[in-house]
Amino acid sequence: MASLVVNGVKRGLLEVQEYVRLQVLTVRGVFSRPFYFHDVVEQFDSIGLGSLTVVLLTGFFTGAVLALQTGITLDQFGARPVVGRLISASMVKELGPVLTGLMLAGRVGSGIAAELGSMVVTDQINALRALGTDPIRKLVVPRVLAGFIMAPVLTVISDGVGIVGGWLVAVFQLRVVSSVYWSSILKGLYLEDAWMGLIKPFCLGFVIVSIGCHVGLRTTGGTQGVGRSTTNAVVAASVAVIAVDFFVTRVLISFFY
Amino acid sequence: MVTDTRPQAVLERPIADDTPAIEVKHLSLAFDDKVILRDVSFMLERGHTKIILGASGSGKSTILKLILGLLRPDGGEIWINGERTDTMRERDLMSVRGHLGMVFQEGALFDSLTVAENVGYKLYEETELPLADVRRRVEEVLGFVGLQEHIDKMPSALSGGQRRRVAIARAMAAKPGILLYDEATTGLDPITATSVDEEMVKLRDLEDVSSIIVTHQLRDAFFVAEHEATREQGRLRIIPADAQKCDEAEFIMLKEGVVVFEGNAHELRESRDTYITTFLS
Repeated sequence: MASLVVNGVKRGLLEVQEYVRLQVLTVRGVFSRPFYFHDVVEQFDSIGLGSLTVVLLTGFFTGAVLALQTGITLDQFGARPVVGRLISASMVKELGPVLTGLMLAGRVGSGIAAELGSMVVTDQINALRALGTDPIRKLVVPRVLAGFIMAPVLTVISDGVGIVGGWLVAVFQLRVVSSVYWSSILKGLYLEDAWMGLIKPFCLGFVIVSIGCHVGLRTTGGTQGVGRSTTNAVVAASVAVIAVDFFVTRVLISFFY
Repeated sequence: MVTDTRPQAVLERPIADDTPAIEVKHLSLAFDDKVILRDVSFMLERGHTKIILGASGSGKSTILKLILGLLRPDGGEIWINGERTDTMRERDLMSVRGHLGMVFQEGALFDSLTVAENVGYKLYEETELPLADVRRRVEEVLGFVGLQEHIDKMPSALSGGQRRRVAIARAMAAKPGILLYDEATTGLDPITATSVDEEMVKLRDLEDVSSIIVTHQLRDAFFVAEHEATREQGRLRIIPADAQKCDEAEFIMLKEGVVVFEGNAHELRESRDTYITTFLS
């Protein structure tokens, strides 16, 4: 039993060590040559544009359902017209970044782990090294850069369509006057909220993609291993999104409020 | 294309003729308690062939990965073209790998790239050669392995044998002086395997490539050792090799990570060692 625990701790520490090592090499790869610019552009397209549909749908329906639910609660206090405040604050500060992060963990994290995992088990990563290419610079750096930059962009879009979804429900279901809704949205937003909503996705994007790359590159055990890596990447990235969100929020609150 | 200004690292770099292509001294490797290689030593002369035989799990492919720097040995030394590589940093190994080409088991082609992009990968990504020159070289090596008409296909559209030949074309595109073949004919039918064997013979005899061939297919091993490629009046022929040429192909037999035989094809056939006779039977 004791040896099982010791082995488990050792394995955990090894994973952390390898994850940190990969991130150090990735950061070094961003600021030194060779830099595979073409692959970076390709990943911006794949991670950014490729995730747009899922982020738009998630954001829209989150805003809409938020308006529906809060409308009922606010009615009890006769505060239905301030539904916009609640939606803007919730979407921008918390729901936009976290839900976008979770969607990216499902779509991007799993995709990266599966792709890199397949390359590992079919010797393509070794082939890259044999051909003189550093797989971290070629595969990890472009993905991490794209995740880091595109997650905030997607979050802003998600916030926007969420507020529009809330507006549709507020106007057509809750019968709130459109101008009241929009002025309420602006009143509910403070500069600190916007900063919080913008800074968090940078951290989440980095964490999601770096976990996907780490898990993918450590794949062993053939096609079964690829499946296992894909699942592990989604689970680890999803939990990391929630946990990182908590810690970053805590730090930002101490800075801004 | 890569935004890099490093000097061109491939395509015909001069190396002294008297330096062995590869020298391995007292190589050992173990994963936890499992010994993979123990005190393995051999030397590959320039333009010669070293054929490593052995049962599955005897450590044959591991030797190639150690030579290429994909794994690090626990002990011993690896010298490539007179440079010690087992202690080199990964960054420095990249330039040594310019002299080496490797054909992996199953080919390990990049499945998201076309045949042309696979074959020209190193030249497209790691050099600053003009695209037209790269394309020309890709067409040339695909012509050498007889696959020019498949240049724009995806690897998934090729047969197993064609994929191996594309892998050989990829490995030779940057004109490395040394080629490493890891089970290049395993899983192929005899006719296709012979065509792959012929590519190895052609590369050795016509392009002066030193090679290490890892296999457990005796038929292919003896074919490469006992044939040579010649060009007569512009026509390429694969013919039985003379005694001197046969001696340039040396066999190594591995058993559980230890070298149990080293010699030419004739000596291998004449060996009375029980393990070897069982393996050859």
